[in-house]
This record gives sequence, C-alpha cells and structure tokens, in this order.
Amino acid sequence: MYDLKISDVSKKFGDVNALRDINLDVEENELFGVIGPDGSGKTTLFRIAATLLVQDTGKVKLSGLDNIKDYKKIREIIGYMPGRFSLYPDLTVEENLKFYATVFGTTVKENYDIIKDVYLHLEPFKKRRAGKLSGGMKQKLALCCALVHKPKFLILDEPTTGVDPVSRNEFWEILRNLKSIGMTVIVSTPYMDEAKLCDRVTLMQNGCILSVQTPAEIIEGFGKKIFSIRTDALTDTLKFLNEYKYTENVFLYGDVIHYIDIRKEIKVDILTQYLRTNELKNITIKEIEPSVEDCFLTLMREK
Amino acid sequence: MMTIKYILQKEFLQIFRSKAMIPIIFLMPLFQLLILANAATYEIKNISFCVVDYDYSNNSREFVSKFYATNYFLLSGYYTSVKEAEEELKTNKSRLIIHIPKDFEKDLLLNKNTKVQFLINAENANAAGLIMNYSMSIVQAFNKQIITETVNYNTSNLQSGIYITYSNWFNNLLNYKTYMVPGILVALVTLIGLFLSGMNIVKEKETGTIEQINVSPIKKYQFIIGKLLPFWIIALIELAFGIILGIIIFNVPLIGNPLLIFLVASVYLLLILGIGLFISTITETQQQAMFIAWFIMIIFLLLGGIFTPVENMPDWAQTIDIFNPIAHFSKMIRMIMLKGSGLRDIGESLMLIGLYAIVMLFLATIRYRKKT
Repeated sequence: MYDLKISDVSKKFGDVNALRDINLDVEENELFGVIGPDGSGKTTLFRIAATLLVQDTGKVKLSGLDNIKDYKKIREIIGYMPGRFSLYPDLTVEENLKFYATVFGTTVKENYDIIKDVYLHLEPFKKRRAGKLSGGMKQKLALCCALVHKPKFLILDEPTTGVDPVSRNEFWEILRNLKSIGMTVIVSTPYMDEAKLCDRVTLMQNGCILSVQTPAEIIEGFGKKIFSIRTDALTDTLKFLNEYKYTENVFLYGDVIHYIDIRKEIKVDILTQYLRTNELKNITIKEIEPSVEDCFLTLMREK
Repeated sequence: MMTIKYILQKEFLQIFRSKAMIPIIFLMPLFQLLILANAATYEIKNISFCVVDYDYSNNSREFVSKFYATNYFLLSGYYTSVKEAEEELKTNKSRLIIHIPKDFEKDLLLNKNTKVQFLINAENANAAGLIMNYSMSIVQAFNKQIITETVNYNTSNLQSGIYITYSNWFNNLLNYKTYMVPGILVALVTLIGLFLSGMNIVKEKETGTIEQINVSPIKKYQFIIGKLLPFWIIALIELAFGIILGIIIFNVPLIGNPLLIFLVASVYLLLILGIGLFISTITETQQQAMFIAWFIMIIFLLLGGIFTPVENMPDWAQTIDIFNPIAHFSKMIRMIMLKGSGLRDIGESLMLIGLYAIVMLFLATIRYRKKT
C-alpha cells in the first residue's frame, strides 16, 4: 500500500504556525493536489512527508512507515522534487541524470521506460548544462531525476510554478501517465485551475487544510449562484459590488467579474437593476456554472 | 564505497569544469612563490640617510664613507643643522640621520672616546631594528680600524677579551628565500584546504542541491568524504608542484625525506579540512563561509611564524599558537626541508596536529549531522 496518512501534524517556526493540526489521507495510486497560495504551508508539509523536516506533533505514515523512525526506508520508495530547482547547474542534463541514477544504485538504462516520456522532451538538450535550461525544461529534468530510481511515491512541490502554459499542460499529462502506471503522486501548486486535473484536491491556507474533495464534488457542493458580469467600467463595477450588502464574494476573472450572492433566490434582473442605479452602461450578466477556482476563492474568503 | 566513487567523480567533474579552478590550482602557487618569495624579505637595502656633520674632519668623513661604501646605505645629502635634517625624516626622504658632534675627531684622538648620534625613523619597528643593527656593525668595524691605526699596532692589546663571531647553520648565507618558500607553501596548502572545501559544501546548501542529496540514500559520511577528499588530493598535488617550483626557481634545499613532508601535509590537511567542514556547518552561503575562513586564516597566518618568528611574540600569543595549525606545519616543513629532520624530531608536533585533526573532524561531523 503506497499511501500517505498524516494525522494531527503541527509545525512551528519560531512564532509562526506553519502547519496546524493537519489531517490528510492520500490513497494509493492517486493523483492528489494540494492547492494554496504562497506561504500557506505546502512546502513545509511536503518536506515533512519527504523526511527532510520533523514535525513538532502528530504522526506521518508513508506506506505504513513512520517518517521519523523509518526515514531511510521511506527515502528508498519516494521521489521528491523540491520547489526550488536543486540540480547541479554546472553539470549537463545527462550528467545530472546519471549521477542521481548511480547514487540510487541503478542506471538510466535500467529504468528508461519510466522516464522515457519526460526524457524525450529533454533529449535534444542532453549536452546542455542544467543551469542553462529554460524553466520548463529544468522542471522536466528535475522530474526525471526524481523518477530515475523508480519510486513508488512521488512528492512534487510546485513543479509548475514559473513554467509557461504549454509546458504546464505537458507536465500534467506526464503526471497522469505516471499515475496510470501505478504511482501515487502528491503535487502542490498555487494555480487553482490545475485543481481540476487532480483526482482529489485539498485547499490549504494559513497552515490549515480547508477541504479534501474531488474537483466534481467541490463544484457540486458549492450550492450558490454565480454570475459573470461584464460592463464598460469594470473597476467601478467591482467597487459597487463590493459595497453591495448582498455580496458574498466578487472578484475579477480574466476580463469579466464573477459575482456570488448570499441570496438563494437571486435573478439576473435584480443585479442589472442595482448596477443601473449606479449609472453603469452596457451591462451583460449571465448565470454560469462555477469552476473549481470560483469555489476555492469563495472558500478561502469564508475562512 | 561505490557511492563515494560516484560522488568523487561528480566533484572532480565540477571542479575542473569551473573556469576559475585550473588557474587557481596551477597559477596561484606560481604567483605566490614568485611574488612573495622575492618580495617578502627582511633584508633592507638602499637605506637612504643624511648626515649632519658639525666636525668636518678627516675622521668624520671617513666614518660617513663607511656607510655609503656598503650597498645597504645610500647617502641623500649633508645638512648643516639637525633641525633641517629632521625634515628629511618627516618627509620619508631619509630613514636615518647621522649626527656627528663638534670635536668628534679631537675626542677620538685625545680622549679615545667620542660620541655619534643616530636618529632612526621607527615607524616600522622591524626596519628600524635592522637599520640599528647595520649601523652598529659599521661602527664596530670603524672602531677596530681606528684602534689599529692609532694605538701603535700592539696586537697583544687587541686580542685580549672574547671575540664573538658566528656561523649560520642550516641556512649558511641567511638566504631569506630559503626561509620564505616553505612558509609560502604552507599558506598555499592551507588556502586550498580551508577555503575550497568549506565553500564547496556550502555551495550545495546555497544552490539547494543538498535537498536532493538528502532524500537520496547517500549517507552523511559518504557525502563528507566525497566532498573533502578531492581537496585533500588537490592540495597535496599543489604542494608537490610548489616544492618542485621552489627547488627549480629558488634553489631551496630539500635535505629531509620528501615522503615525510607529504605524511605531515596529509595529516595537516585532515585538520584544515575539518576546520573547513566546521565552517560550512555554521554558514548558509559561500559569502559567509568565505568571510569566516578569511578571519581564521589571517589569525593563523600572522601568528603562524611564516612572516615573523613565533619566538618574538608575547607569551600569551605563543600559548595560543599551540592551537594554530599553521605554526606547527610551518615549523615542521622548515625542519624537514632545511634541516633534514626525521620523524623522531617532528614526532611531537605531528602527533599534536593528528590529535587536533581527529577532534576537529569529530566535532564538525557531529555538528553536520545535527544540522541536516
């Protein structure tokens, strides 16, 4: 069973509560996402799971192994990719990969089938030094190095941060493939739109976990009406809606405004009416299906 | 064992890939030897001096000529008053004023007793001491000459009393380079051991690569050995290179057993690498490591007897020197190279730094383990 059980884990850095009573179960062969803004405690949680940090209280069991007592055994079955690029910038792609393969007592050849997917993207640059790769390539190389010893459990800390949208898509495709060959993958990201690509996601904020659900469950459980609003003066509209006494949450979403009302029986007409009285013109209001992002932004607001 | 081999491979790959490394390894010893061995010398030549001669006699002129006849002194001029001559001292034009009073010759011939005043610029105490010594030996020679000339050649008169003369063992001609070169080799080996090793480990912290290493099955001791061993090897090669340069360029004698030098150096390097490792555990960036290494290095170097003899230092400083690796190493390497000392002669010092190395490596490793 390659699963992860985190129970009542807390961690303090000086006066800062980085993690407060975290409880989390990641099941075997799951692609599990931890979504949260910077400073929410994702990295601390991942470092504890990867045996690089020791929690103050609580227990962490990875595949039934204790993260403090059995850290050596855990290190053999996990592949960890830190948020910060941490390969040797002065070694080439090939040399980095070879080094990590050898220190894990294996060879690139032996586990080539696992890394093949990722390595094909890197192959044209294999003689290039890692420090000279683009952001997306660096992350792919880091993933390769984390995979080269055929881990059962992957812990990826913000692998797509600072990576262009195309590479981000490629990266997620790779993660889905890894899941399909039986790996358990736990990945963190500050991008809420990536939540829908996970099997289950959790939202982290200020060291707390807000909910653990599948993306579909999150949307289903939202239970509020959400409107997309477009006018010719978006900033003013945002201001008026923020002052509106029935507003639950309102935020800019691309070039439109998403608005959530606290009333169950709200109609487009009532909103149009309100905005008209504030002398806004060209108002288009549509009721829409909420996205995971809408749900998370509202959830974070509630807490 | 295999893991260490892979780490070593990686380290050497990185070391030789960095642009600065090859010049550091091969040009640094060359430059240090060429510049320091030639420049750092105790000998002072061409000491400019001026003369205030109130006597203007044959003897006074003869006396002054004894000074500029040597290549140590250079006459810059005559002055009519001490006051004027003092200006020369103030403006650094002269370092020495010879003040010959009136009746110099008269007193000398009639009373067999006369006086001369030396005014020496003592901004640099070492130099002033040397100028003083040089001057005194010239005065003595002059004395002897006067006595032979004036006191009727009665040799029996002269030979009473004890004559002191000397011969310099192990460095007959007091060749300063012979003394300096081994010292510079010490500085060189220390530099590599202390700076490069400590910084190399901190670099892994700084670039974050240590995270990836820590989740791998690499054990701490393997990592430490893999990190320190390359610089142990490089420093020994550097030492060999430096000794060969010293012999070829400066004719420095190598009387003792070269293997003994390397035995001493390898033990010494363990100690220095231990200190480097310790520095790396208390710092987070290469800059911090560099700063602390410099701080330690300066103290070690200046107290280490490379430039100024340890015996000149106050007692408390000599006590501190028991803990100064450079003091032990520079003493041993000079003993072996210049005097041909064997293992028995240096055994005590060698044991001391060996013990010191074990303690230091032990402390550093414990601290390293705790931190990560």
